[in-house]
Amino acid sequence: MSRPVLEIDQVSKRFGTLTAVDGVSLSIRENEFFALLGPSGCGKTTLLRMLAGFETPTGGRILLDGADVSRVPPNRRPVNLMFQSYALFPHMSVRANIAYGLEMEGRPSAEIRKRVDDMLATTQLGGLAERKPDQLSGGQKQRVALARALIKRPRVLLLDEPLGALDKKLRGDMQIELKRLQHEVGITFIVVTHDQEEALVMADRMAVLRDGRLLQCDTPHAVYEHPADAFVAGFIGVMNFAAGMIAGQGVAVRDGSIIAGALPEGMEQGAAALAAIRPERIVLFPDEETANRTTGRIEALAYHGLDLQLHVRTPLADKPFLVRITADTADRRPLAVGDPVELGWSATDTRIFRN
Amino acid sequence: MTTSRPTLLMMPALAWLIGLMVVPCGLVLALAFFQRGIYGGVDYTFTLENFAKVVDPLYAGIFLNSARIAGTATLIAVVIGYAAAYAIASCRRSLQPVLLFFAVLPFWSNYLIRTYAWIVLLNREGLVTQMLRWFGYTGEPPSMLYTEGAVIAGLVYNYLPFVILACYAPLSRLNPELAEASRDLGGSAFTTFRRIILPLTMPGIAAGAVFVFVLSIGNFVTPALLGGGRFQMIGNLVYDQFLTANDWPFGAALAAALIAIMMLLLLVQGYASDRASTRSAPVREDA
Repeated sequence: MSRPVLEIDQVSKRFGTLTAVDGVSLSIRENEFFALLGPSGCGKTTLLRMLAGFETPTGGRILLDGADVSRVPPNRRPVNLMFQSYALFPHMSVRANIAYGLEMEGRPSAEIRKRVDDMLATTQLGGLAERKPDQLSGGQKQRVALARALIKRPRVLLLDEPLGALDKKLRGDMQIELKRLQHEVGITFIVVTHDQEEALVMADRMAVLRDGRLLQCDTPHAVYEHPADAFVAGFIGVMNFAAGMIAGQGVAVRDGSIIAGALPEGMEQGAAALAAIRPERIVLFPDEETANRTTGRIEALAYHGLDLQLHVRTPLADKPFLVRITADTADRRPLAVGDPVELGWSATDTRIFRN
Repeated sequence: MTTSRPTLLMMPALAWLIGLMVVPCGLVLALAFFQRGIYGGVDYTFTLENFAKVVDPLYAGIFLNSARIAGTATLIAVVIGYAAAYAIASCRRSLQPVLLFFAVLPFWSNYLIRTYAWIVLLNREGLVTQMLRWFGYTGEPPSMLYTEGAVIAGLVYNYLPFVILACYAPLSRLNPELAEASRDLGGSAFTTFRRIILPLTMPGIAAGAVFVFVLSIGNFVTPALLGGGRFQMIGNLVYDQFLTANDWPFGAALAAALIAIMMLLLLVQGYASDRASTRSAPVREDA
């Protein structure tokens, strides 16, 4: 395992009576693509601004390569930020924008010219060098902002909602593009996003924040399969929940039946709990014996091309269960709204959370 | 005859401008091409002599002197006004309109009264001298009134709100993330100001500066009251030609030259700000 480039040690930030970030500790490794994920107001942007140096922590320390940088001003940190609004200098050409950071370092002009040319090529901006930011499309502006930050060769590049201003199609392309660039330049990326899909696609590891606290930090796969609590489970991907109380080796739900699953440590019998099942883990008309089984009626069908989403009303929960089946399953057995269906899933695919 | 509604709506303003602006200016210009009557008045014989006199070193010197005084006042007003506008724009949003209101509050009182107030402040036994005495100063009272400094102080004071308003507009619209981006890329606070904030707010500075300069160079009340008639500016000279020397054609030629200078400056400023705004006009995202 490579050594941490950035260590966030019990960092807090209070604005008056409001606690924006509350004792967050994270360790980010060299060349990692790290995502800070959470709903708006969770403190992720404040944390990012502290890493960039625009805010000073009211508690804890930020260590960069082992040195405490908590109070180092932004212009003296080997960390760069790509702003959500891109913050391109409107009175300067693309070339001048990208060169700005190197001019601040006092590099000789021949070196600046060469490095800017290289960066223009890397980010495929060659033909736009003399344009002003207002003459660029959203995707082009984003690439200029990225080039302007990357050319400084920072130890860590911070990206604040980097794809937020782009349309959906472009966003998909840029997710791949960002991964490619990060691999090519070999710089640690920390991305702030509220879009869980973006984090799942791009990140090597992700941290989920809520109300200023760190809920979970792990690989996307681990967070998706083993969410730390019901909030993370619902926030990352889609999750079906059934509320009830612990009974035996599962949760006794609305209709009195028990959904079997692995009980978390220290859950006593009778405690309020949520059983959670991913839509893709539910089998329609299971052939073999499954630990959990229920019947329901199709309330709605949503066709997504690759797969089909069913909204199934069951006696287990107030809200209909979402079930995802592949297109060929649907082809083998035509389904219509109102049809009765049978659902089954295993105990190991059932997560149980405190409620 | 059919007249479109926009034309009709424009009529009153147009009549006003033509009747009170274009015609009088035309009359002044016309007057400048005639000779002065022997006992005052106007002798309607064509001559270019008045314009020749305008460029005579004696009078050209007064033009230059006026430009120097107006230029100094402009420079001081821009420095003070920009700093004030910067401070106001950095305050919290809800406070800004209040501060702007206080900045323009002096406009609610008469220009003459405000200028007389400076006499009360600056005369030999005025408020400034009394303040000095109160702090223990016992020497000769400083002579401040009827100096060039007093004229400049009066001009700066009177036209400062224009600069504050003109500079506040671009400063308050400036995205604060631009300054942060400059800091993030390694720029010091001073470099950030010089390379990002100053160029982006230059149109406001130019507008404010041209305003102060144009209003100052043609001003005659302030130099008359605070300069004590010893420091003649073109405004005083024109005033003298019409009302004391009774040389209307020469006064008209001086006035025409002054108007020409002002119009030229306003045109240049208008052209520059026009260029700045078309340059930064955003293209549509989907273009």
